[in-house]
Amino acid sequence: MAELDKRHAPHILSDRLLATVWATLVCLTAITIAVARIDLGFYNILAALSIATTKALLVIFFFMHMKYEHALLKWLLFLACVVLAIFIGLTFFDVAFRLQVRS
Amino acid sequence: MIEAHKDYAGAKLGMWLFLFTEVVLFGGLFLLYSAYLHRYHLDFHHAARNLDTFLGGANTIILITSSFFMAMSITALQLGRRGRCLGLLALTVLMALGFLANKAIEWWAKFEHGIFPGSEHLRALPQGEEIFYSLYFAMTGLHGIHVLLGVGILSFVMILVRRGRVRQEDFVILENSGLYWHLVDLIWIFLFPLFYLIT
Repeated sequence: MAELDKRHAPHILSDRLLATVWATLVCLTAITIAVARIDLGFYNILAALSIATTKALLVIFFFMHMKYEHALLKWLLFLACVVLAIFIGLTFFDVAFRLQVRS
Repeated sequence: MIEAHKDYAGAKLGMWLFLFTEVVLFGGLFLLYSAYLHRYHLDFHHAARNLDTFLGGANTIILITSSFFMAMSITALQLGRRGRCLGLLALTVLMALGFLANKAIEWWAKFEHGIFPGSEHLRALPQGEEIFYSLYFAMTGLHGIHVLLGVGILSFVMILVRRGRVRQEDFVILENSGLYWHLVDLIWIFLFPLFYLIT
């Protein structure tokens, strides 16, 4: 850990960069509300989740500084996402087909 | 003179590991939500129509802005501007309180309409709608507790900054509290479209 410290002098994010991220997040919020007013059926959920994921990545990589962290943290984040995807993905292999059988 | 051992990278790694457990905690609830959305999607659409998109949207902007102030407060301390850091932290806490006030208004309106966990009115609704509201109260409630904890943590960090325990050369406590606060924002980013925008 001490070696990791030495290679990474504190990286300071400028207020301007943070303000740009903030403005993008506000715009995406407006877009997601606007898109929800149009009836796209299933694609409404898809659009909402894609925009939410984009917003989440902006928060993680800039506000939470992940873009400037060492590889260990990035891999751990990736691992956490994979675990979550397995939870949700495998559950849907069950849930989705169960309903088909019933109806 | 004995110098305390500092492990900056270790402190941050520990914080991120904790955040992953939080992601899995909320992930379980999101899983429950998506499984029931799949089964009762019409009921979910009907129930979601009764949620106030304006209040939800306002709270989204409030949390995003508070996260922005939080990130700026870290920058301020790294540049040695302690007063600015404290001011930005105070603004962050203020926005968090605004979020909670908004949430309280929203829940109160639901209570007035007889919608609260275990109420007669809720039990008379179609099963999918009842489940939607149960998940709504459970998930926004758990998130609200996190916001409340965030207010406590950030206020405590303000005291540490004031006393110089957290300073330009040693700011990992501020950074880790910031990470916690951003996670609270992150969770809301997913809660908002799933509960307010699926009509």
